[in-house]
Amino acid sequence: MSLSLKTRAERFVATLRHCQVLGLSVVSAEGNTLIMKLPYQQQAVGNPATGVFHGGSLTTLMDTACGTAVFSVLPGFELCPTLDLRMDYMKAAEPGEDLLAEATVVRIASSVVFTECLVYQQSDRDLVAKCSATFMRIGENMTPPEFRARIEQGDAEGGEA
Amino acid sequence: MSFEKVLQQAQQSGNFQPLVDSIPYAGLIGLQFQRFGQDVLFQLPKNEDNIGNPILPAIHGGVIGGFMELSASLHLMMTMDTAALPKMIDFSLDYLRAGRHQDTFAECQVWRQGSRVANVAITAWQTERSSPIATARAHFLLLR
Repeated sequence: MSLSLKTRAERFVATLRHCQVLGLSVVSAEGNTLIMKLPYQQQAVGNPATGVFHGGSLTTLMDTACGTAVFSVLPGFELCPTLDLRMDYMKAAEPGEDLLAEATVVRIASSVVFTECLVYQQSDRDLVAKCSATFMRIGENMTPPEFRARIEQGDAEGGEA
Repeated sequence: MSFEKVLQQAQQSGNFQPLVDSIPYAGLIGLQFQRFGQDVLFQLPKNEDNIGNPILPAIHGGVIGGFMELSASLHLMMTMDTAALPKMIDFSLDYLRAGRHQDTFAECQVWRQGSRVANVAITAWQTERSSPIATARAHFLLLR
């Protein structure tokens, strides 16, 4: 049983309801780095006058990108809750621009995993935000069997039919 | 009507519902609020679409963060003299407990409002105020 990092990442994201609402998708997952896309959408706008994304949608993008990178890189199927997020908002994302989050697992320790993430506009790679996130390891044996099965079999919606 | 105009009207009338209604992200996650004089209680009603992990089930950490960020910026507009939507500079969020699939509340404390920057602390809880699920601190750039 060996799934590619990208498949693990995609199946993990597929289980997260709010990520489906935002249409988050895994662009790539190689080595310690994962790239996730947040397509531009009206419903996630924070300032109706400018059409700029709300910071909250970026928070979800960065938390998910880092958390998914952790999940796909760790051996086994270990669910790691976020301990903290520290985010800097460098500039408002331009309306209409899809965003890419590039998350890197910096260090895997016995109890904690450290990650970093950059968010930029897909079209011109202009930096929008960055984040540093820390995750707790609670052990592979804490993963519910039902969840494990969803990742192994890829039936995130509870059946492919 | 421009957002600044909606904000100005809300600050004059004390009715901020039209302002919140004009923010798409507030509708996406379902943010509500109640004002008690200068105090504001923000509420995020239980919502299937806000779930991250479906097996626990728990609210997505990003939604909890977004709810707290939005609460902080609304709190500034409701209680301070800001002529436009404050711009978030940075946000530091500590998760203390899993956010269960139930109503979540938040309140904000403005520790310092300078001429350009405000420092706001946000606390989010579910069943008991004394057992927060997350605490956060945000810096906002104020536009006057």
